[in-house]
Amino acid sequence: MDYLGDIQAFLPGVITAIAGLVVIVIESLKKESPLNFYVTILSLASALIISILSLGGEMQTAFSGMLVHGGAVAFGNMVILAGALFCVFISEDYLRGINHYYGETYALILFATTGMLALAGANDLITLFVGLETMSICLYVMAGLIKDEKSGAESALKYFLLGAFSTGFLLYGMALIYGATGTTNIPEIGAAASTELLFLAGTALLLVGFLFKVSAVPFHMWTPDVYQGTPTSLTAYMATASKAGTFVAFILILSRALPVMEGLNWQLVLSVIAILTMVFGNIIALVQDNVKRMLAYSSVAHAGYALVGLAAGTFEGYNAVLYYLFAYTIMNVGAFGVIAYYERNKGLDFTQVQNLAGLGFKEPLMGVALSIFLFSLAGIPPLVGFVGKYYVFAAAINADMVGLAIIGVLASAASVYYYLRVMVYLYFREEHQPISLFTPTLMYKGTIVVLALLTIYFGVEPVLPAEGLMDILSGFGGYGGATALIP
Amino acid sequence: METLLNIVIYLPLVGIPLIVLSKNETTQKWIALLVTSVTFIASLPLMFGFDVANSGTAQFLTEGGRLIESLDIKYLVGLDGLSLLLFMLTTFMGPIVILSSWNSVTKHLTGYWSMLLLLQTASLGVFSSLDLMVFYVFFELSLIPMYFLIGIWGGAGRIQATIKFFIYTLVGSLIMLVGLIYLGYDAGAAMGAGTTFTTDWRFLSSDMYTIGLVEQTYLFLAFALAFCIKVPLFPFHTWLPYAHTEAPTAGSVVLAAIMLKMGTYGLIRVCLPIFPNAFMEFAPWMAALAVIGIIYGALVAMVQKDVKKLVAYSSVSHLGFVVLGIFALNTVAVQGAIIQMINHGLSTGALFLIVGMIYDRRHTRMIKDFGGIAKQIPIFTVMFMIATFASIGLPGLNGFVGEFLILNGSFFSELYNNKIFAILAATGVILAAVYMLWMFQRVMFGPITNEENKKLIDLNGREIGLLIPLVIFMFWIGIRPVDFTKYSEAQVNELIEASEAKSMAVLEEARNEDLPNWTAKFYDVRESESQLASTK
Repeated sequence: MDYLGDIQAFLPGVITAIAGLVVIVIESLKKESPLNFYVTILSLASALIISILSLGGEMQTAFSGMLVHGGAVAFGNMVILAGALFCVFISEDYLRGINHYYGETYALILFATTGMLALAGANDLITLFVGLETMSICLYVMAGLIKDEKSGAESALKYFLLGAFSTGFLLYGMALIYGATGTTNIPEIGAAASTELLFLAGTALLLVGFLFKVSAVPFHMWTPDVYQGTPTSLTAYMATASKAGTFVAFILILSRALPVMEGLNWQLVLSVIAILTMVFGNIIALVQDNVKRMLAYSSVAHAGYALVGLAAGTFEGYNAVLYYLFAYTIMNVGAFGVIAYYERNKGLDFTQVQNLAGLGFKEPLMGVALSIFLFSLAGIPPLVGFVGKYYVFAAAINADMVGLAIIGVLASAASVYYYLRVMVYLYFREEHQPISLFTPTLMYKGTIVVLALLTIYFGVEPVLPAEGLMDILSGFGGYGGATALIP
Repeated sequence: METLLNIVIYLPLVGIPLIVLSKNETTQKWIALLVTSVTFIASLPLMFGFDVANSGTAQFLTEGGRLIESLDIKYLVGLDGLSLLLFMLTTFMGPIVILSSWNSVTKHLTGYWSMLLLLQTASLGVFSSLDLMVFYVFFELSLIPMYFLIGIWGGAGRIQATIKFFIYTLVGSLIMLVGLIYLGYDAGAAMGAGTTFTTDWRFLSSDMYTIGLVEQTYLFLAFALAFCIKVPLFPFHTWLPYAHTEAPTAGSVVLAAIMLKMGTYGLIRVCLPIFPNAFMEFAPWMAALAVIGIIYGALVAMVQKDVKKLVAYSSVSHLGFVVLGIFALNTVAVQGAIIQMINHGLSTGALFLIVGMIYDRRHTRMIKDFGGIAKQIPIFTVMFMIATFASIGLPGLNGFVGEFLILNGSFFSELYNNKIFAILAATGVILAAVYMLWMFQRVMFGPITNEENKKLIDLNGREIGLLIPLVIFMFWIGIRPVDFTKYSEAQVNELIEASEAKSMAVLEEARNEDLPNWTAKFYDVRESESQLASTK
């Protein structure tokens, strides 16, 4: 056993796990110490740098084939860690502002991140399950952080019950697949895949579990309530990093354990789910007055766009999904970040869109940044959201799924209405009563500005990550089971 | 010169941080004016340095690297005969638009000037990009500043108007995006040599790349839909009157003079050379829509009570002429269409400016609120009259040249093979005279019925100054159109010849293919067989 090599392979996860423990120790010595924040930032940043440095390498196994690292996993790690890092930057001010600052929150974020990293790098169903549960249990606690309010309790309970339920499906699916193939190792499952009933049933249950976690229709019911009840900065974390982790695991399962063959056409199933998700998510978002709920439904719709890339079932499609996760993480953390800023102002419930009237001009930087994020979410060029959507739909079209792409773009045309609506209130309507917004701290402003600049930069210059993606593709190619998927 | 082109495109963007940083409102105005003026002056050498004889090949090319080796999406800008005049029109309108809102806009000025400058860059990008993906990006980018211009600085119904404008145009261009991606993969496969995707216009429009008839039909419809909404061609015009009426003066001017041209420009730039067969087969249908638009727009304009709405509907009518000219597909008509785009930009731009000026004074645009004001404000009257006559198409002014060429060309168009289009369209000219002159008479002449009109002040130096350049060009194009038409002539000839040759090649190929019945029928594949047999 090469212990050092193994640890090195999972170094980002090791760093975040240790940092989580350190935060707990610090918290027990001194309540609400500012040190927690610095430890968290430092560990996440160093883990992020490590995963960025390992971009472009080949995908390799570690821990006796329980984990993979490098390639697509490194990219996934980067997205997860970037999401976590930006959310922590936002959380520090926000959680203190709403008087729900607990040092343990950072420990939860760090442990959840560790879980996500394990989930994204899972090469074995056991690792996958452990990662998923580590992540989920931390998220359940975060959902209930505002425990003195009804919505917080509702959010946590709903998330926990439904989450446990879906985990049951997932676990049952894994058991059946193990029964059918006699292994829990993902590439070995791919090699032993068959169309016997046991394997098909296991696959179906596994898909249900994953679709629940990425909040695809019809398994999305928990999303709006949970997103609304969770503190906004942590909602951002939930909506981006956890989705990134789950989608990366989903990609690795689909591409390596479930070859498309006669009688096992999960592409068709995912296409139908993708259409439902895009259409329903967008239509229901149209009528939401609460911005957090609106963003929740929008995140359902965005899961639908990502599913389009998965349904394509090609390397191009998987790459597109990876890029999409990156784009989605940047712009969504930004959007939630600005909403969190408005929410903290006294006087009105600023998560209600009507109450945002006229605020765009009050704190111009925040208004402009929110507009950029929303236009990007709507997929307007030259912003990163457009590039993400472009890759996904291009993959679908190249896989002869033009119909799917057309439904996708029409759904995204409908989505423009509710993103525009926020800007209508921000800029086009007069405020109801004189409101004075507080000035955000330099760190908060800086975070939002960096996110906005990234949103523009990767929209105008999509070259760098695209090249990275091509390297991921080659990393993929070196990996056994997946080649069966190239048409 | 290549660098100069890029400087011209992005110079307006440089103005935005300067405006944001300077807190003084007067300084901001001057920065905006200075930046757009420098942009215009810097663009002049492009026009003088343009090789007229070779207008068919793109000049001042800047070619960036490919996105990925196999993905041929790259930054590619340059000017050719199709785009040069529209590019120049955009830089020319820049300072005029800034001057037009010198005193009339009072709130949120930082945002206002920034949006106008962003719009300038986006429009210049649309007209100069030769990679269709880059074209698409600029095409969409131009929506964002216009959305805010109408939404923040518009009239009472601005919110609905701007959302309608945004979503309407976006639906069209998203369908185009699907078509564009499909086209990109198809062309990439044809290009070979490791390329899987290309949107390089030079390759797409060349004879090295042809598309099958079935695909052409769908792709043409996808692209044409987006452009027709933008033009807007009847029956996709419903967003336009709202957007125009509610937009601030500068917004209306840019919308009419520049943004609507993106649609007609797209039809010539993309639809004609890339989908020639579909272009030709759909030509009579498009011409029918254009003629309906010409007459419908004119009739609706006639009954308008609001001057600005009247001008907006007259745009529907005038752009119908442009579309009619484009689809007639002979040199005369297409040249007419190109010059008519410029004419419409000048004359309708001027009309919107004039309406804005009178609105600034009286805060109304209703025809019934005016009457007899000609004596009060003589300079205004002269300007208004020239713009009106230019819009009607009085000989000696620019409108005449465009309309004459278009009607002449479509009369003899082989594609239409039916003189009824030109004849019906000609009634549009008469109707234009009716609604414009009638409006002019009701606004300017007769006794003064409204006491407030007696206090009207004539145009000031700034207002005269910004109208004079427009008037000069109205006369110049009217008297010596060849100074302008020469830029596109060589390219239009080449383009039409190349497209015809390409369409023949596609038909030839199609004869050996097993086509769906409707396609064979629609494109007359069998008939062309017999034609070929008879020529042999």
